[in-house]
Amino acid sequence: MTVSEIIEKLNLQCLNEANLDAEVTGAYASDLLSDVMGNARSGQLWITMQTHKNVTAIASLKDLPAVVLVRDGVPDEDMLKHAKAEDICILVSQDATYELCGKLYEILK
Amino acid sequence: MHIHSVLSPCGDIEMSPCAIVARAKERGMDIIGLTDHNSTRNADVTRRVGEQVGLHVLMGAEVTTKEEVHCLCFMPTTEKLIEFQAFLDSRVVFYPNDVDRFGYQLVVDEEENVLDQVPHLLINALDLPILELQQKVYAMGGIFIPAHIDRPSYSLSSQLGFVPDKLKVHAMELSWHCKAGGYKFLDDCPWFSDFNFIQSSDAHFIEDIAKIHSVLEMPYFSFENFKNALRQGEQVIL
Repeated sequence: MTVSEIIEKLNLQCLNEANLDAEVTGAYASDLLSDVMGNARSGQLWITMQTHKNVTAIASLKDLPAVVLVRDGVPDEDMLKHAKAEDICILVSQDATYELCGKLYEILK
Repeated sequence: MHIHSVLSPCGDIEMSPCAIVARAKERGMDIIGLTDHNSTRNADVTRRVGEQVGLHVLMGAEVTTKEEVHCLCFMPTTEKLIEFQAFLDSRVVFYPNDVDRFGYQLVVDEEENVLDQVPHLLINALDLPILELQQKVYAMGGIFIPAHIDRPSYSLSSQLGFVPDKLKVHAMELSWHCKAGGYKFLDDCPWFSDFNFIQSSDAHFIEDIAKIHSVLEMPYFSFENFKNALRQGEQVIL
């Protein structure tokens, strides 16, 4: 399933249109950046409440097609600027992590 | 009390020991702390450079705990510093640094020659819970100060939301974002109030050194006097 299909199915807000055609193979939900660095896999969506610019640095490093900010998270100015520069897709969900993961799991399985 | 050299990946390339000392001296500082991420390897050289011009340098690191809380940890002697570094190194979760994304991690000498590049990413969390780190620092006679507790990331408040029961601290650091006299953070989070506070620059660039500082009173500088001044609280003027 592509990033744009997921945006549509889950009614996500898109703050930076990038990688919309990228194939999503799964997701990793974590708010500890060191955990994501060690355990996330390329092609996964990253679900988090962290909104600082290290998030985009790590998303880029780990080849994660998009970052989904939960509970209407607002990225720091730095993070959004960096996302635009590095072509990282930033999405926002109204849901909290648990609900978002549940919905995403269902549509990806 | 919170300065990053060129060893931290986020530390600017101009942050050599000489440049840091020169700038701190120029700005009228008496004491500074060198606190690179998870590494003390530029601290001793900075102390030696500082000694030549009468600037006291506390040697330490800004350690990232398992919970991703940043803590300033200082050691009283170079011997303890080496021992502390070995302890930190034993808890490294290896992730290779990417110099283009994160920056260089350079160990340097007084003449700004590069002696080594640290291969693992220093901003990564160590496999080291905060309580264990604090207990180790105390056991080694060091100073332990949770960093920028008011910030929305990598702080006690952002990562834990509260101060763990058993955690002891010499002081808490408020970031430069907390303007003097307007401690809104402490109003909003009163459970953080019952501590002594310092404010530091968290300088990553030369121009940020001493942009904010704290004043401590002590009869003369020594590690123990500094520790006592932190603890005594009423002599800390922000």
